[in-house]
Amino acid sequence: MSFLELEGVCKGFGQAGSRTEVLRNISLSLEEGEFLAIVGFSGSGKTTLISLIAGLTKPDAGSLRLAGQPITGPGPDRGVVFQNYSLLPWLTVRGNVMLAVRKVYASKSRGEQLEIADRYIDMVGLTRARDKHPAELSGGMRQRVSVARGLSTDPRLLLLDEPLGALDALTRATLQDEIERIWRRERKTVVLITNDVDEAILLADRIMPLRPGPGATLGPSFPVSLDRPRDRAAINHDPRFKKIRNEVTQYLMKAGAAHRPGACRPVVALPDLQPLKLAAPRPRSI
Amino acid sequence: MKAKVRVIRGLEVVGLGILIPLVRLATGEDPGTQIRMLGQEIFVPLLTIGGFLIGWSLLAGSIETSIGSVPGPAAVWTEARKLVDDHWSERQKEQQFYARMDGLEAESLAEGRPWKERHYAGRPTYFDQILTSLQTVFAGFVIASLIAVPLGILCGLSPGIQAAINPLIQIFKPVSPLAWLPIVMILVSALYTSDDPWFEKSFISSAITVALCSLWPTLVNTSLGVASVDRDHLNVARVLRLGPFEKIFKIILPSSLPLIFTGLRLSLGVGWMVLIAAEMLAQNPGLGKFVWDMFQNGSSETLAQIMVAVFTIGLIGFALDRVMTMMQRLVSFDRATA
Repeated sequence: MSFLELEGVCKGFGQAGSRTEVLRNISLSLEEGEFLAIVGFSGSGKTTLISLIAGLTKPDAGSLRLAGQPITGPGPDRGVVFQNYSLLPWLTVRGNVMLAVRKVYASKSRGEQLEIADRYIDMVGLTRARDKHPAELSGGMRQRVSVARGLSTDPRLLLLDEPLGALDALTRATLQDEIERIWRRERKTVVLITNDVDEAILLADRIMPLRPGPGATLGPSFPVSLDRPRDRAAINHDPRFKKIRNEVTQYLMKAGAAHRPGACRPVVALPDLQPLKLAAPRPRSI
Repeated sequence: MKAKVRVIRGLEVVGLGILIPLVRLATGEDPGTQIRMLGQEIFVPLLTIGGFLIGWSLLAGSIETSIGSVPGPAAVWTEARKLVDDHWSERQKEQQFYARMDGLEAESLAEGRPWKERHYAGRPTYFDQILTSLQTVFAGFVIASLIAVPLGILCGLSPGIQAAINPLIQIFKPVSPLAWLPIVMILVSALYTSDDPWFEKSFISSAITVALCSLWPTLVNTSLGVASVDRDHLNVARVLRLGPFEKIFKIILPSSLPLIFTGLRLSLGVGWMVLIAAEMLAQNPGLGKFVWDMFQNGSSETLAQIMVAVFTIGLIGFALDRVMTMMQRLVSFDRATA
């Protein structure tokens, strides 16, 4: 049996009648230590999927299992790095990480807890900013704190919900490299949600496209067989990179075209009108 | 450089933001802009105050009342000085009294006669009255906060409790202190019966009235603050599986502290305003009673003395507000943006 297993998961919002189905019949299985990227358009239900795995929302139908146990609610065995960082603004970098560490390592002494927190802060390269508040940090630094907090509970599964979505391209690239490096060291099972195909290829072992909602379903798996560590400069010229990038993009474009808003609405015939030709004298160039 | 940033941030927190241009000017930062800022922050207000004083003194002399003409700024200032002098002379008399008593006590002990301790029975000075008023308003404010903050948290946490309490809030919020006070006085007389009371009844009645009128802003703001905690922060609590108490003390309270303090600040302002009316009726020996007594006096100094009280009340209210603003800034987490 796989480490993480989703079977026929459906989720919708709203009352009966005006109900929108967000996810329909989602099934996936993930081995321990695997890095899976789920790629999709914005608004296709990616965050809903992460919330379901995190246990923050319950599915309408279907089952989710982690290591054989059904997921009934949230828990620190699944670290979540939220899209908007979700740092507590009244705590310092260290305070934010300590909040998680103290909960999970409640039996350890204060000194040991601080040591653990500092280790993860160091891992994301924020030791110098340890006593700063989130408002004093740049977006990239805040996301690093969020990653440190997510990792510090030593979760069995790490859920990254578009962690780099709000960052500029350069910061994004640096953090991608950082996440790849940390993953090689920690070997966590990771589910990454992203809208960036390149990012998915750079980081993941396997990519699954999410066909756009409403009623989003998962597409086929695209394994990424590139060797690690992956160098972003070299990878660009790798034919395997180009091939998989093409495949995934093509798949998403096709799925997107089929689902484009309006495609399923009744076609309203427009009156056959021609615009009048108003012969206005062209102004002479001055 | 770092020291300067720290000084500027300190001034902002303390609420002396108007001095920031001076600091910047002293460190040679773009004199033109700073002088313009200074003009706006200091000279314009000074001009307004000057204009007010001039207008007041011009108008004052022309209005005749049954107890003489309306005093101008100068007469009020003289009266204020008199009240201060009066305070010191009263203190001196008190000291002399106790010195005399000490002498008498030693004498009677030497002669073997029994000695009975006597207290100085002078009338309260203006400063004593200010102190009483401050004590009363703080007592009322503490009572109000102890009720309003926990209740507000409950309301914010549970829409059910909110719905249950809301009608009471809406009905009692607009009630004037003058309506509460008689009820409170009667109840205090009936319930607070002790042969050796810690506090005067008038003090308790005034404090409770202040509490009744000032708890609403804190209650409403606390429940708003608690109810509007960021969903993402609550999700963090859920992912970490924080217990209900941890959730309240580590996520909900810190997150709603700025709004709670906004409520407390408004409450203290309302309390100070209400206090004067309460003291007038309850005869609690504070500023309110001072104003009432002076009014009853009807001497030629009455108007000037009441005006001194008006300025005192205004300045103290201003100072209280500044202190609360300062505390509010200290607990606000967004101050780190500076």
